[in-house]
Amino acid sequence: MTATDPKAAVDTVTLTIDGKEVTVPKGTLIIRAAEQIGIDIPRFCDHPALEPAGACRQCLVDVAAPDREGNVRPFPKPQASCTMTVMDGMVVNTQHTSEEADRAQKGVMELLLINHPLDCPVCDKGGECPLQNQAMNMGRPESRFVDVKRVFEKPLALSSEILLDRERCVLCQRCTRFSKQIAGDAFIDLQNRGAMQQIGTFDENVLDFDGYSPAGPAAEDESGRAFSSYYSGNTVQICPVGALTSSAYRFRSRPFDLVSSPGISEHDSSGSAIRTDHRRGKILRRMAHKDPVVNEDWITDKDRFAFSWQNQADRLTRPLVRKDGELVEVSWPEAIAAAAAGLKAARDGKGVGVLPGGRLTLEDAYAYAKLARLALGTNDIDARARAASAEEQAFLGSTVAGAGLGVTFADLEKAPAVLMVGFEPEDEGGVVFLRMRKSLGKQQVFTAAPFLSRGAEKLAATLLPVAPGREAGLLDGLVGDAFEALEADGAVIIVGERLAATPGALTAALKLSQKTGARLVWIPRRAGERGAVEAGALPGLLPGGRAASVAAARKAVAAAWGVESVPSAAGRDVDAIVAAASSGDLEALLVGGVSPSDVTGLTDAIDKAGFVVSLEVRRSAVAEAADVVLPVAPPSEKAGTFVNWEGRLRSFATAIATDALSDHRVLDLLARELGVELGTGSIGAVNAEIAALGAAADSHRPKAPTAKAGRAPKKGDVVLASWHQLIDEGALQDGEPYLAGTGRATVARLSPATADRLGFAEGALTVTGEGGEGVTVPAVVTDMVDDVVWLPTKSPGSWVAQELRTVPGNVVTVKVGA
Amino acid sequence: MTYDESTLEKLKADAAEVRGRYPVERSALLPLLHLVQSVDGYVSPDGIQFCAEQLDLTAAEVSAVATFYTQYKRRPSGEYQVGVCTNTLCAVMGGDEIWKRVSERCGVGHDETTEDGKISLERLECNAACDFAPVVMVNWEFFDNMTPETALQLVDDILDGKAVKPSRGPDEVPTFKEVSRVLAGFEDGRADQGVGAGEPTLAGLKTAKEQGWTLEGGAK
Amino acid sequence: MTELVPVLSDIWDQEQSWKRDTYAANGGYTALKKALGLDKADLVQMVKDSGLRGRGGAGFPTGMKWGFLPPDDGKPRYLVVNADESEPGTCKDIPLMMANPHVLIEGVAITSYAIRCNHAFIYLRGEVVHVYRRLLQAVREAYEAGDLGKNIHGSGFDLDVTVHAGAGAYICGEETALLDSLEGRRGQPRLKPPFPAVAGLYARPTVVNNVESVASVPAIVNNGVEWFTAMGTERSKGHGIFSLSGHVKRPGQYEAPLGITLRELLEMAGGMREGHELKFWTPGGSSTPIFTEEQLDTPLDYESVGAAGSMLGTRALQIFDETTCVVRAVTRWTEFYKHESCGKCTPCREGTFWLTQILKRLEAGKGTEADIQQLLDTCDSIAGRSFCALGDGATSSIISSVKKFREEYERHVTEGKCPFDHAASALFTYSSDTASDEATTEEAHA
Ligand SMILES: Cc1cc2nc3c(=O)[nH]c(=O)nc-3n(C[C@H](O)[C@H](O)[C@H](O)COP(=O)(O)O)c2cc1C
Ligand code: SF4
Ligand code: FES
Repeated sequence: MTATDPKAAVDTVTLTIDGKEVTVPKGTLIIRAAEQIGIDIPRFCDHPALEPAGACRQCLVDVAAPDREGNVRPFPKPQASCTMTVMDGMVVNTQHTSEEADRAQKGVMELLLINHPLDCPVCDKGGECPLQNQAMNMGRPESRFVDVKRVFEKPLALSSEILLDRERCVLCQRCTRFSKQIAGDAFIDLQNRGAMQQIGTFDENVLDFDGYSPAGPAAEDESGRAFSSYYSGNTVQICPVGALTSSAYRFRSRPFDLVSSPGISEHDSSGSAIRTDHRRGKILRRMAHKDPVVNEDWITDKDRFAFSWQNQADRLTRPLVRKDGELVEVSWPEAIAAAAAGLKAARDGKGVGVLPGGRLTLEDAYAYAKLARLALGTNDIDARARAASAEEQAFLGSTVAGAGLGVTFADLEKAPAVLMVGFEPEDEGGVVFLRMRKSLGKQQVFTAAPFLSRGAEKLAATLLPVAPGREAGLLDGLVGDAFEALEADGAVIIVGERLAATPGALTAALKLSQKTGARLVWIPRRAGERGAVEAGALPGLLPGGRAASVAAARKAVAAAWGVESVPSAAGRDVDAIVAAASSGDLEALLVGGVSPSDVTGLTDAIDKAGFVVSLEVRRSAVAEAADVVLPVAPPSEKAGTFVNWEGRLRSFATAIATDALSDHRVLDLLARELGVELGTGSIGAVNAEIAALGAAADSHRPKAPTAKAGRAPKKGDVVLASWHQLIDEGALQDGEPYLAGTGRATVARLSPATADRLGFAEGALTVTGEGGEGVTVPAVVTDMVDDVVWLPTKSPGSWVAQELRTVPGNVVTVKVGA
Repeated sequence: MTYDESTLEKLKADAAEVRGRYPVERSALLPLLHLVQSVDGYVSPDGIQFCAEQLDLTAAEVSAVATFYTQYKRRPSGEYQVGVCTNTLCAVMGGDEIWKRVSERCGVGHDETTEDGKISLERLECNAACDFAPVVMVNWEFFDNMTPETALQLVDDILDGKAVKPSRGPDEVPTFKEVSRVLAGFEDGRADQGVGAGEPTLAGLKTAKEQGWTLEGGAK
Repeated sequence: MTELVPVLSDIWDQEQSWKRDTYAANGGYTALKKALGLDKADLVQMVKDSGLRGRGGAGFPTGMKWGFLPPDDGKPRYLVVNADESEPGTCKDIPLMMANPHVLIEGVAITSYAIRCNHAFIYLRGEVVHVYRRLLQAVREAYEAGDLGKNIHGSGFDLDVTVHAGAGAYICGEETALLDSLEGRRGQPRLKPPFPAVAGLYARPTVVNNVESVASVPAIVNNGVEWFTAMGTERSKGHGIFSLSGHVKRPGQYEAPLGITLRELLEMAGGMREGHELKFWTPGGSSTPIFTEEQLDTPLDYESVGAAGSMLGTRALQIFDETTCVVRAVTRWTEFYKHESCGKCTPCREGTFWLTQILKRLEAGKGTEADIQQLLDTCDSIAGRSFCALGDGATSSIISSVKKFREEYERHVTEGKCPFDHAASALFTYSSDTASDEATTEEAHA
């Protein structure tokens, strides 16, 4: 039997709790062992995902354990069941069977309540509060405490989103332990001592310090913002009382008014499980839904707080058709007819380009892919509303599409070494970061990046400094510690979607993976990216990883679709579609959830294209410029499947039933009007078809990429580095000012040497790209690669694609000052 | 930060020495907070930031520590921190009365500073000198066996700018900032000043000698 | 009559007793040289055989504690000397280190050698600057004389010693809180297990010992186990410093064999102050249940004091005569515990907060009969429930004083005021009307 044998015997321990025998793995805490046989021991500080604290003392039980001679001897005093591990032959008596334990717990409960305010009727936690419940169960009907309660000014804003009512706090330290242990963001900590102990940031007013507020690098970020953690919302969820609340939800509702529906977050490629709480069709909050294989107990603040984008005033409910230059509401049949007529004309002319966007479910993406090929007769479809390349497509087709479950969250956690290239774990990975951080100290992390980001730093990552665009060379030439670490069993190389902009990088990553034996995983940002790849919503890819350029593959797809053939002409990618639409080489565009500000030139292309159909949730910039606008359902109002980066199918049901239609249904109607039966009218039909198609045979796949590295920039040129920060001005974060307030400040970064060369000391930089107007933002001299300027991709004042009209890795012009 | 360049340089050099005393740098936090007090006379927000930078901590983590310990002051402290022990033993032996009189004389209460910035007054917990009760501490130097009269004389002297000499300690009480520097682990050359022991410390030894009690077996 | 045994206190009255020269002239550092020639395991065994028990309060056998360290794995292990001495009434380590820091440093060097530690720490409470000066200087002197540093006295043994000043927190005397504090954190106690012997300072094996425990080691090495075990009682061997304070004629430090009685010590200290008699006393600091004249002949060793319902603790004998209001004394101690509660656990944090309010009310004559019961009930919710022993300690004086002096609590209720003249307790005279408004003096610390 080997250690990896799943059936390998675990050491177990048998003990008795309240007279019932239970056998559990060695090292189990008493409180967990009790849970297994349905015995609930009250607790506040205990949380299964956090290290034990033993602080609240609510979980005291009576314990007797065998001594060396085997005589079972009682401990002289009750023990905290959340900190004590089980022993063979131990006898535990909880409050149910021990008067002493019951008395101890009641005593603690009484003490917890003496300073607790009687504001349950106005407290957000009322109705779902462990303290309230336990007080009902075992509290005294009347308080014996007649003296002066501790009072605090209330509430304190720890950040724009997280509020703290200190008098409600039971000092369980779940929030601080989460922040330190899980998120690595020690922005809150215990302050003061004894009876005046409280949770807090360093706030000189609250703590009564005299002097100036701190600023500069030691302040929480460049803006000096406190508690700007990407994961802060989890503290609200795990606070066992109503001490931590969110600005977004505070005073909005009572738990018993809410309907809860499970779902999957639409915000990133992790597919985190969420619970949506809604009332009369309106989402009031979202919570993490425990999912041991994916997000475990946690979600990002974006997953949690960014949901009102779909309920803004510009939400589309009825189709629109442009008449006399104005968009006017029309009936569905009229809109579908108008859309079909325009698309048909273009199809029969120079053609239609399809840009579905990267946020779709698998089913929706499949419908776009099929509609493009069958109803529009084209391979001009690309879901990548970002930098994209043929090399990337070859990579996705050869190694990602149809590969099923590859590297998983668990694999990532267990990996002895991880190399990240073109990937920022916190900003672009969300809960991926949390999972890796669990292995802090046990896992060697390397990051190929221009500087060590905060997220990478919190993973204790080793920086492999590289300018954007030069990653291929770095990977090809990798030797030493990093290379050796990747040779270990289970090592992983993560590549991010940004590598599409670096010639040769994905090729080099594949080679490195072969040389070292490390597994390679692609972690894109958006929730629909992997599904789009699987569905064939890329120009050269048909469903299941089939190459559109391989005749046999086309044949297989045509057969499955019951048609003679599927288009063979090479499709255009996103940039080519935009260019062709701008130059008139394409006559129409069918656009899904794409923000024109994310794709350089798309606004022009839409202006110039003869005919534009937009499928949108809101009246976006695309919709405004479109000829026909077809409203579609946001994720909470539809069912579907996100394929997360692991390749795991994350299906979800409709949380809020409305008459909004999913894209796949709208496209089904549209195709019918174009004379094609798409067969995508229902989730079931789509999934059956996808299943029937299956993954491509190896010979039907595109070949792995063999791209060469690009040329080095000229000496003295400054190259742009950029990625999205998790909290930024992405469209799905609209309408969330409190969340936005926790985002990191917009700064440009450059190295000391580059700053010297440019004559920059402090203040702002103006960065200009090829054609755009450029941005002017405050800059910070950072320990980083020379001749590079870094900008956040879509943070306030820094919208790279729109204002610089360029992609990372390209040369930009940098000017000191405005 | 608002430290001028030379102060900052000095602070950094001192901090490097403090960090060097420990196998793990974070251990330097308590001495560094004392060091900050030796410059600012209290733990200033600047000082918090300085410590955070030195040890790669967040400001919240530093203030968590700074607000836990009573010797760290959050607002500018007087030149002399006058503490009257009012824990049970000293209080009963007369510490309460001394506190009352001293507080009246200074016109300030607990954790308050006289207008001229000379004295910060504090009620102290037991300072391990119960055999010298009632005890007053000035900048953490021992003033033993106090009475209201001697205590008032003490604060008058301080208010008048006169040097004061502890019962057991250096020849003259240094300022709060100077003492804070010692607490950061920097010697000030005063170790050989003052007595080795007060009378009560020697009470047992004296009795033994008087009685001719010598150690069995000629130990040591 | 039990005789005093000035072992640690022998040179305290000498000129510049704190200098290395003085110590060396009196046989100092001979034990170190001797120890360096001995086998490490034999040294540990010697301390085990001596029966030396921790002098920091709990009385845990010192040699056994050293023996708990796991086998040497070549990585660091530490000795941390607990010089936090902040328990009310306890005042032995501070005068010891002021008068003769070298006996501690010699003990540190021997202990470190025995347990294979190459970096020892002395955690001194921050509020005793002159003691810190003396320790810093003594360590420097010891380095200069080759008692510390590299290759000590040619033995090949290396030792660094860092003296670290705390910053005002009684809880940092609790050994795991001390370790957190020494690591630059809030001094809050840690979960046990793991015990410091397994994962202490920087998560490495660590021995935490009291100043007096460590300082007792050189004499054991020099004079042998038998010399040490000849002193004391059956299970409480050796000598210890007894600190007498309060209403006695000659308060101070009395180093005596364990098992001496308060009656004997009082006699040596000249008795109670003139014209007064003993009312109550603590055998081992404010965390130990109080005694009265009934325990005058109780041998002051761990077992006998325990059997009599209290704890030997730190041998801090705080002695109060009949002028002292027990409610006042207990209230002040309780305020201390409230002030010093670290805040980590509910019972101690909230319980001491509540107890203080009840006691202050009672002391001011504004309490009720029910308050007395509430005191006991609240103590019941703290004792044995708190995370560390601070919570237990907070209840000791309350429970024991209610048991022994209940009628005094009741008089505060029935008379509506404190029946005592506080001025009568003071060691100087002042007119008592200035004391009347004492209860309204502002609260010690927020
Ligand atoms: C609240 C509290 C305060 C303590 N204070 C001290 C102290 O000031 N000095 C000390 O040596 N031990 C103190 N102790 C005991 C220590 O935890 C520990 O038992 C002792 O340092 C071990 O040393 P020893 O075995 O040499 O006695 C304290 C314990 C508690 C619970
Ligand atoms: S705020 Fe909530 S989670 Fe944090 S310590 Fe208080 S009760 Fe616990
Ligand atoms: S749940 Fe066990 S001590 Fe808090």
